[in-house]
Amino acid sequence: MAWLNAVVQGILLGGLYALFACGLSLLFGVMRVVNLAHGDFAVLAAYLGLAVITGLHVPLLWSTLAVAPLFAVVGYLVQRLIIQRSLEVSPLTTLLVTFGVSVVLQNAMLEGFSANSHSLPSGWLAAGSFRLTPQLSIGHFSLIVFAAAVVVIVSLQLFLSRARLGRQIRATADDAEAASIAGTDVRHVFGIAAAIAFATVALAGLAFGGYSSFDPGAGTQRLIFAFEAVVIGGVGSLWGTLLGGVVLGVSQALGAQVDSGFGVLAGHLVFLAVLAIRPRGLLPGRVT
Amino acid sequence: MIGANGAGKSTLLRTLAGLHQPAAGSIHFAGREITHLPTHARVALGIALVPEGRRLFPSLTLEENLLVGARRSSAWTVSRVMELFPWMGARRRQLTLNLSGGEQQGVAIGRALMAGPRVLLLDELSLGLAPAAVRRIYDLLPSLLAEGMAILLVEQDVTQALRVSDLAHCLLEGRITLSGRPRDLSPEQVEAAYFRLAARA
Amino acid sequence: MSLRVTRSRRPATWSGLASALVFVALLSLPYLVFANVTSLLVNLFILLVLATMWNLLAGYAGLVSVGQQAYLGLGAYTVLVLAQNGVNPFLVIPVAIAFCAVAALPISLLVFRLRNEYFAIGTWVVAEAFQLITVRFPQLGGGTGASLPGLGGFDPALRQAFTYWAALAVLAATLLAAYLLLRSRLGLDLTAIRDDEVGARSVGVQPARAKRIVYLIAAAGAGGAGALIIISQLNVQAASVFSVQWSAYMIFVAVIGGVGTIEGPILGTILFFTLQQSLAERGAWYLIIVGTVAVLVAMYAPRGLWGAISDRFDLRLFPTGYWLHPQGSSPGGLLARLLRRER
Repeated sequence: MAWLNAVVQGILLGGLYALFACGLSLLFGVMRVVNLAHGDFAVLAAYLGLAVITGLHVPLLWSTLAVAPLFAVVGYLVQRLIIQRSLEVSPLTTLLVTFGVSVVLQNAMLEGFSANSHSLPSGWLAAGSFRLTPQLSIGHFSLIVFAAAVVVIVSLQLFLSRARLGRQIRATADDAEAASIAGTDVRHVFGIAAAIAFATVALAGLAFGGYSSFDPGAGTQRLIFAFEAVVIGGVGSLWGTLLGGVVLGVSQALGAQVDSGFGVLAGHLVFLAVLAIRPRGLLPGRVT
Repeated sequence: MIGANGAGKSTLLRTLAGLHQPAAGSIHFAGREITHLPTHARVALGIALVPEGRRLFPSLTLEENLLVGARRSSAWTVSRVMELFPWMGARRRQLTLNLSGGEQQGVAIGRALMAGPRVLLLDELSLGLAPAAVRRIYDLLPSLLAEGMAILLVEQDVTQALRVSDLAHCLLEGRITLSGRPRDLSPEQVEAAYFRLAARA
Repeated sequence: MSLRVTRSRRPATWSGLASALVFVALLSLPYLVFANVTSLLVNLFILLVLATMWNLLAGYAGLVSVGQQAYLGLGAYTVLVLAQNGVNPFLVIPVAIAFCAVAALPISLLVFRLRNEYFAIGTWVVAEAFQLITVRFPQLGGGTGASLPGLGGFDPALRQAFTYWAALAVLAATLLAAYLLLRSRLGLDLTAIRDDEVGARSVGVQPARAKRIVYLIAAAGAGGAGALIIISQLNVQAASVFSVQWSAYMIFVAVIGGVGTIEGPILGTILFFTLQQSLAERGAWYLIIVGTVAVLVAMYAPRGLWGAISDRFDLRLFPTGYWLHPQGSSPGGLLARLLRRER
């Protein structure tokens, strides 16, 4: 029964990983950019959330309304000012630049917030849980995060397939030059894609903060989890990212069940196994 | 615009569309200088390019490909484009990779038309198409001209090009070697300008 | 008109001479200065080895790795394990180097399945996995670290001198290996692959094999650096030696100095080190400043500091390219300049 609980917790955790990974997946699908600072921005979102919660005395849920739009703007600016320029220099450059941003961000947070770890008080959300059996309970917070992940991914899929801007994003992802001669402002579209990606990063960062504690250096770990989720699920498919997140979450939960320190390593081993056996991932496809 | 391979015809069209920056000189359209205007802004002004190789969006359906080109102020709608190409109606939800070369060319032209252009830039329409398909595409051009649209056509097939155009230019190594109305140009003149045979004479 | 092909021009012969002199000077340092200077230099040498290897990987093989610290740790722990079994740590250095090259082979089979950006993170995951596996072994010190046995009997001054010479030897071997590699057929192949992989393949170059060789060499270099780290610090801690911080250092040095040249990492390391010494008290600020500089250099001066200098003054101190000289003219002539090939 404890194993079943582990699997369930793993699935719920997977939702969080998927929410976190879909921003990475979107940026890569549209711009071929892997943002190595992805995890650090999530941690930054958690710190901002903390500031909003303690400063304005609002609960976690309301803080998302402040932080997510802010991050969307930040994402747009990061794309137009930094990523766009790096894309024009060489493919190598975006990697180096986002890595540099990651290091700068981590150390800036270290200077600004000290190395102490914090966590976001999730208020009434964390308190409750559904007790299905004596060994199997589902926390309210985990369930809400999982539901949020599914909602975000479904909304993103719908946006990409139905909305005019979504269509432009897909067209630009296919062939940026052809999109520009069809009248699309490619840089603006890239900016919008980045804004969406960063908004999801903000949500994921806040969710993470409520789930477990965070400190300035936590971004690295989170980036690796997001990346593993994307690769396991299949690069270029949002549903794949959801599946990948769940597989990773379950692997980690089962690993932790075997031995409490083994969880993260179990995830890495599953990732390396997928890489060895099925490198294209479980559900490879396009970001549509 | 006719000329041998490497003369610079496609490069010229792409520069007009804004994909390349000219090293020198300027581009004017409807009394306005557009040399430094970005590509999408030129589309808004009324310049639409149908590029060499079609360049459709492989993961989008036929209808979506058309819709990407749409502009609010354009007189062209999806239904109007589908009147021009009746076969499109039945295949609107198909992915464009499954279409034949001639059909893809039709979609590419349709996508450019959706922007309601005042000038249509056509780059090597006949490349990779069966002769019947080429003829069908060319039969469309008069109706487009009747709308008041100007068409700048780059074409390797000299006979085809001279047949449909009002004004012809021959390009060789980036320079214009001959200009005039097709009916005023003799085959010898065209051949000489094409290959620069006059240099030998 | 007949042409003469040379591998270098006059400035290079001077720099070759100068390098030999510098090497002799460095060799004699332990007799001239106190141990704190030599131990500082050991750290500089370690960083230069890492930066040179990373530059080889990224600048020539086009493989951007953020996980070289995996081999850093592997090298260090190789020394630890063998020292725990009675072998003199200094003698383990070449073993660590060889072992890392061998270990890199199966790893390369895995990570080479990933392209570009995903390759980078893949290498990072491997390093993290190494760390997590290492801490599970209490004999290796677990999470808190282990101290290096076998050097207690040495007189401290002598030990530090030997450490210094070992570091100098590894550095010299690294720079020489990099220089010779790039001047060799493999170097030419790599440049061809970088310019046009399909074209290179059509003349018989095998890109995967060429890249793999570079990857193994880079792993070997990192292994040597790792061995030096544990010997100079006398202990090793998994979280520190497997930290991605090392990649940050390597990358920043190579980017600021100039990716794709041998001189670049040398310049970058010296700069980096001077900065580190002057900002030593400031901790996180140091990385913020260096990181920002690296980002700006990558975006606006992609050939780095050395790139800017060598373009401006047309200087190649460690030349790896070819020059054409018409027969009878001097290497510095105008025609030679016009015919000069890019490396």
